[in-house]
Amino acid sequence: MKVSVIKYNAGNIQSVLFALKRINIEATVTDDHEEIMSSDKVIFPGVGEAGSAMKYLNEKKLTDVIAELNQPVLGICLGMQLLCRYSEENNTTCIGVFDDVEIKKFNNKELRVPQIGWNSIQNLSGPLFNDIDENSYCYFVHGYFAELCSNTIARTEYGSPYSSAIQKNNFYGVQFHPEKSAETGETILKNFFNL
Amino acid sequence: MLTKRIIPCLDIKDGRTVKGTNFLGLKDAGDPIELAERYCTEGADELVFLDITATHEKRKTLAHLVKKIALKINIPFTVGGGISSIEDINIMLNNGADKISINTAAVNNPMLIETLANNFGSQCIVVAIDIKQINGSWKVVTHGGRTKTDLDAIEWAKQVSERGAGEILLTSMEHDGTKNGYAIDITKSIRNEVTIPVIASGGAGNKQHFADVFHIADADAALAASIFHYNEIPIPELKKYLFDKKIPVRI
Repeated sequence: MKVSVIKYNAGNIQSVLFALKRINIEATVTDDHEEIMSSDKVIFPGVGEAGSAMKYLNEKKLTDVIAELNQPVLGICLGMQLLCRYSEENNTTCIGVFDDVEIKKFNNKELRVPQIGWNSIQNLSGPLFNDIDENSYCYFVHGYFAELCSNTIARTEYGSPYSSAIQKNNFYGVQFHPEKSAETGETILKNFFNL
Repeated sequence: MLTKRIIPCLDIKDGRTVKGTNFLGLKDAGDPIELAERYCTEGADELVFLDITATHEKRKTLAHLVKKIALKINIPFTVGGGISSIEDINIMLNNGADKISINTAAVNNPMLIETLANNFGSQCIVVAIDIKQINGSWKVVTHGGRTKTDLDAIEWAKQVSERGAGEILLTSMEHDGTKNGYAIDITKSIRNEVTIPVIASGGAGNKQHFADVFHIADADAALAASIFHYNEIPIPELKKYLFDKKIPVRI
């Protein structure tokens, strides 16, 4: 299986590569259009800030490449958010695969922001969550979130419920970090590679 | 529901885990890779590695150790100890660390927090604050507790939060290694003054101490070392105890 991890200016992807290695997946980190388009599976990782990430992706003309992928794509954390239409983080227009999903800022004064730590996932649906129990715990680090929508395949509570995973056709997005979510995360990654 | 985190900390010296009391009297506590794997299996929520040798030459050795551990464990881990430059941080991240903890370097140059948060994202930058009560008020100490400063602990914590740190790792030097419980009052005061998560550290000796630091001080996470290294309190037993006390934990 040919796996590409999209290379761009958003944070540390070593953890993702190590997690893939633990489940015996060899991946190539690349921003080469052909390489990405010819992969069987594509991982779109990322931690960091939406505006500068989109600027970089636009300059490298990666946004159109990503939007037109037909194979299974997994956006993780910022990667998931960038697949949506718009992010409140620096008023950023994103790639828009999830064309009616907007990314909002946690603005409840009672909450610590960013949310850091293990939270549970509920209302799980679809093959990504095969063999995953309701209320399993995953590791989250984020200050912005996707609202509940028709694409929601998992929800999580932080102040109020939001989408901890979304899906549209071949595009999957998870707000948590499966690469750092112990056995639950490993199962979710394996499920993605079994799609 | 977001859970309270239990974080074993490994102080690393010359490639071994060590532990002292009040930052002094170091004893060998085992092989860090074996400990890391054990904690991961037992349900630790994160790991913290603090390199207390922290010379430039030794740091290359640390990078190798970080990589060996990162390849094996599937939970987040933070590396700290004498790390201050963008180059150092890149080396640690490229070896699989998820977060970096900075301490003395931030006190010496508070702007460093902004610089690093801008480069790596706030989520990557943990600011460790070591504190000690001096004439009745909590002050920041640096260089592993060897140097006193005039910096007020609460003021510094607020500044750290405003400058873009992702988390605060708060260690009371007076409590560290004593097993008499966490510094509840100051942890609570700082927790109330900042908007970012606070990890309490120093003094854990029994399960009740963890319940107190979560219930009374509302810490977001509790860090401990020796009680885990020597298996005095197994992590599953601790989590079960906290769960029964209605504290949200990942089980």
